[in-house]
Amino acid sequence: MNLRLLSYAPRTAAIIALWLAAAASQSAASALTSGPAPDFTLHSMAGSNLRLMEQRGQVVMLNFWASWCGPCRVEMPRLNRLYQKYHASGFQLLGVNVDDDIRNAAGVSSKLGLQFPVLLDTEKTVSRLYDLSTMPSTVLIDRDGRVRYVHLGYKDGYEQTYEEQIKELLRE
Amino acid sequence: MCARPPTAQPACREAAVAATRLWRALAALGSPAARRLLLIAARCVRALFATDDRPACADAARLAGLVGGVLAAAGAKGADLPEDRADTMFHLYDGGGVTALGPAVLIRKSLFDRVSLTGSYFVDIVSNASIDVVTTASPYHETRKEAGLGLDYVYHDATISLSGTHSKEPDYTADSTSVDVTQDVFGGMTTVSIGYTRGWDTVGKHGSPTFSASANHWQYRLGATQVLTPRWLMSLNLESVSDQGYLQSPYRVARLFGAAIPERDPSTRTGRAALVRVVGDIGSRGAVRVQYRYFWDTWDISAHTAELGYSRHLGERWLVDAYFRYYKQNHALFYGDNFTAERTYMSRNRQLSTFWDAGPGLKTSYSVGRYASRFDVKVNAAYQWLRFQYSDFTDIRNGKLYSFNASVLELQLSATY
Amino acid sequence: MKLRRTLAAGLMAGATLLAGCGIEPWVKPYERERLADPIMKFTRDPLADKHREHVFDVREAAHGATGVQGGGCGCN
Repeated sequence: MNLRLLSYAPRTAAIIALWLAAAASQSAASALTSGPAPDFTLHSMAGSNLRLMEQRGQVVMLNFWASWCGPCRVEMPRLNRLYQKYHASGFQLLGVNVDDDIRNAAGVSSKLGLQFPVLLDTEKTVSRLYDLSTMPSTVLIDRDGRVRYVHLGYKDGYEQTYEEQIKELLRE
Repeated sequence: MCARPPTAQPACREAAVAATRLWRALAALGSPAARRLLLIAARCVRALFATDDRPACADAARLAGLVGGVLAAAGAKGADLPEDRADTMFHLYDGGGVTALGPAVLIRKSLFDRVSLTGSYFVDIVSNASIDVVTTASPYHETRKEAGLGLDYVYHDATISLSGTHSKEPDYTADSTSVDVTQDVFGGMTTVSIGYTRGWDTVGKHGSPTFSASANHWQYRLGATQVLTPRWLMSLNLESVSDQGYLQSPYRVARLFGAAIPERDPSTRTGRAALVRVVGDIGSRGAVRVQYRYFWDTWDISAHTAELGYSRHLGERWLVDAYFRYYKQNHALFYGDNFTAERTYMSRNRQLSTFWDAGPGLKTSYSVGRYASRFDVKVNAAYQWLRFQYSDFTDIRNGKLYSFNASVLELQLSATY
Repeated sequence: MKLRRTLAAGLMAGATLLAGCGIEPWVKPYERERLADPIMKFTRDPLADKHREHVFDVREAAHGATGVQGGGCGCN
């Protein structure tokens, strides 16, 4: 065994660890975190156009998703439940789909039985507007149209945080 | 399962310090159960290396320091755990007088949304009537069994994988332990990975109960996958493999002036490999893949491996891959078909000779459907045909340069959930 | 080994470049639809691929550098 080779090992490891630290320290998320929610109009899957400004007065949750995104598909049924529970109290959930082919979006939507409006962002204009940095992303907007909470990604248990935040915003 | 490491030698203090650093990083994590699991794994790693052998301790220090460094550096997003799956496979190799077949199983399950456990079992029933065997002995049957255990842990956008394998056949035992760390950087466009494997082999010999030799292996890996465009991906992988110990076969013979003598291989070897791969979506639900690997080692072997493939979705349920693989190598420094002078090292191992092998392959995957609204079941079949052609290894039965055809088959039933 | 040191130096340079330069990722997460397709994966079946690697390892002198996967949907 070439012992000289191994004497470089701790040094090499330190350099590589430094590299990973430097690379990872780059800000991961530069998405919108506060301020007024940028307005947009998108075509919904039901056929009509939907404008964000018109939802003023309700607590709005924007969920960016795609049929090819695994965590998104896990999150959807849970969001559906939140929508059914709080819609009557003034909560609006808008699913912004970024699929290239809307048939894939329609397929997943009908398979999961989504009740909330699904908006089609095939041109990715709204994704760019909201500086989407992670799939999925969830943005909570209060009754005055201001961005209050942003969640990047989805992991088991996030829906509990969503519920608490929705209740808090509904109480305002 | 893991013995406590012996009292820290001064030479092993490095390892202890690095392990403490790792433990502190672990302590900062949330779930206590996951922490406990990792502590066991860290102790195992330390125990395996806490010997008097200083180079081995340098290994442990490097490992622990690296993992600790990655944990400390990890960004805000999260990586995905590998998906849960249960696979059963039947494999078959037939060529050159050797038939090897058997079943294999792999089960992977995620726990606590952060940890994924993998268990695998592989059986190889070999009927060996290869050219080496028939010209020096009589054909035999042998069974090799291999068990593997793995743990994947996700911490923000880094994935740490620990795994171990134990392979046993009547005259050969091989154990290995690996650590791999993968991290997404640069907005998820680049994935970097670093890995280390340590292997221990015990070599035995049929009919010689007193014969026992050992071999040690060290593998260092570095890799990066880069997203080039929304349709093209590229990856670069580097690996260094070092072997030390009994690296030959107790049965194989070399020829000196036509007479058989036991082969003599050097007791050390270091090889390096560099792999470049590019895959791209070219429309109509198809993708093309090109890869090239260059290998070179201290035994003077250099080898080229090239592969070209095309994958495509057909209809709603089928996925088909067609590819062609080509391999070429030149002989080791001490390889000879028939030596005309005695040398320190002599081998007639055709694995070290000059030869090429090439052939097409076809893989198909059929999605059976969803069961119990949880399990996605697929049936996969893969077949590869190969031709081996040797340039400096002769078939002593007829004096011609040796060549043969081989078939490799894998039939698999897999369920992802 | 010289190779090792060159590698380490290269990685160091890469780090400074990535961290300091501020190059923006040019493929956004919502543009990764094609990359999430299984046909873009280098390895789909770990068991079958492991077996094939074993077949070659036994008969060919070259080994190593078989690769760890990146790319994909980049979710989470």
